[in-house]
Amino acid sequence: MPDTPQARLVVNGTPRSFAGDPRRTLLDFLRLDLGLTGTKKGCDHGQCGACTVIVNGRRINACLSLVAMHDGDDVTTIEGLGSPEALSALQRAFVTHDGFQCGYCTPGQICSATAMLDELRAGWPSVVTEGLSGPSDPSDDELRERMSGNLCRCGAYSNIIAAIREVLQTEPREASA
Amino acid sequence: MREFTYSRAASLDQALGTHARPIAGATNLVDLMKLEVETPDALIDITRLDLSRIERAGDGVRIGALVPNADCAADPLIRRHWPVLSSAILAGASPQLRNKATTGGNLCQRTRCGYFTDLSTCCNKRTPGSGCDALKGVNHNHAILGTSDACIATYPGDMAVALAALDACVQIQGPDGMRQVPLREFHRLPGTAEAPDNVLQPGEIITAVTLPAPPPGRQIYRKVRERSSYAFALVSIAAVIKVESGLISHARLAFGGLAHKPWHDPAVEAALIGQPPGQAVFQRAADILLKDARGFGGNNFKIPLTRRTLAAVLIEATRD
Ligand SMILES: Cc1cc2nc3c(=O)[nH]c(=O)nc-3n(C[C@H](O)[C@H](O)[C@H](O)COP(=O)(O)OP(=O)(O)OC[C@H]3O[C@@H](n4cnc5c(N)ncnc54)[C@H](O)[C@@H]3O)c2cc1C
Ligand code: SF4
Ligand code: FES
Ligand code: FES
Repeated sequence: MPDTPQARLVVNGTPRSFAGDPRRTLLDFLRLDLGLTGTKKGCDHGQCGACTVIVNGRRINACLSLVAMHDGDDVTTIEGLGSPEALSALQRAFVTHDGFQCGYCTPGQICSATAMLDELRAGWPSVVTEGLSGPSDPSDDELRERMSGNLCRCGAYSNIIAAIREVLQTEPREASA
Repeated sequence: MREFTYSRAASLDQALGTHARPIAGATNLVDLMKLEVETPDALIDITRLDLSRIERAGDGVRIGALVPNADCAADPLIRRHWPVLSSAILAGASPQLRNKATTGGNLCQRTRCGYFTDLSTCCNKRTPGSGCDALKGVNHNHAILGTSDACIATYPGDMAVALAALDACVQIQGPDGMRQVPLREFHRLPGTAEAPDNVLQPGEIITAVTLPAPPPGRQIYRKVRERSSYAFALVSIAAVIKVESGLISHARLAFGGLAHKPWHDPAVEAALIGQPPGQAVFQRAADILLKDARGFGGNNFKIPLTRRTLAAVLIEATRD
């Protein structure tokens, strides 16, 4: 019989540990055990992106992951990207461009966009990229496809794209700060 | 979610021959465990195993079972020589999901039949012998080929459709050794619905998928769905087609969204090879493909949709 699962992970720069019921999802661990309620639960089934966090530099859905599986991982949530006093470039751009209405999807949108800009820089293809080469100058369609894992019930999509485009154009290197 | 025990496999041996269910990206298994459609009493986390590499194997390539879908799609070798595989993966799920989803887990993903995931309904796949509510119910995303009276579900994935067109093989490790199964024989038809989705036995682990040398010709993946992203296929086609001196010299076609497995029919390819590209030839290929197609009400539209999608793909694949 295996012991109670253990995981040591780093969340927003702080070492954390988990030992308990293996049913704990990463999302519930962040929200309920660590009190990091910036990460939202929308569907709890991988369909909306509200729970998007960045693990080892990659965006994932925290709702479809067991925290026990994250031993040794480095997790960044919206709280780790910036603070009210020191917003990240994307956080600032979402404010400037009104990239939200109710704000429920916003932490997921911003975590997702942060990692998405890194994927663009790494030259990752998307299904709308002609010839599967990473685009140097992504179109709005390209950005929409790359953000398709984040739904916004309020329909703030055009302002979300405007915010991302501003960061893409003005601070291509600092976007993932 | 039902209770289960969790352990981490430190070596492949530890993951073999156990009744514990392997878990990799977790994006399908945890989803279904939350719904209590899947109720394993033990999970074995295989993510620490050394199965995350993409390496050349002769003229082909070996894609480890734990390679994330996103990495496979972005891999320079895959993009260059097997672009239909990149395109198929990128047409599926979302960037977040593709970062976690793995080669092995993707192959084993379960059907998206709405009754399968609704415990209040009758579903032979979930509860053998209970019946199939989809037969006379909401079945717009269900199968039109290879169905049985017991189950008309589809295999929902995209990646495997491309793999079927690329003559891929699945490497499976069991307690008694390794076996190779052609991808086209990995998934099963429903028959009696108690039968499992695929040929994997309990206690076995998929270690890799292998592709032979890059095929000649143009590679295309076309997916038709109800919204332009983040949705499963109604119909999808992976095509590898070469035209030489005005005649089709090589053709490989596999279809998603039509059956309980990526559909491959050698007679469709035979109808194209040696022929000049053109509507008459394309329609004959569709006639052969759809000869035994059967709709169940809500999915009748898939028959003409498949015919039109096939023609569109073949036009694109054979254009100068
Ligand atoms: C909202 C949503 C939309 C999606 N849209 C699409 C889509 O459009 N197209 C598409 O193709 N997919 C889609 N998917 C499905 C997604 O691709 C799968 O969930 C994913 O590929 C499963 O891989 P995984 O590694 O997460 O598997 P897991 O969830 O870890 O495992 C799935 C199954 O595979 C078994 N397994 C895993 N690895 C191995 C192995 N190495 N050997 C033996 N057995 C193994 C597990 O025991 C389990 O039964 C979608 C999923 C969601 C949630
Ligand atoms: S089609 Fe298959 S999976 Fe869907 S309800 Fe019928 S038996 Fe279950
Ligand atoms: S809460 Fe995770 S995707 Fe919706
Ligand atoms: S701002 Fe309300 S859901 Fe996006």
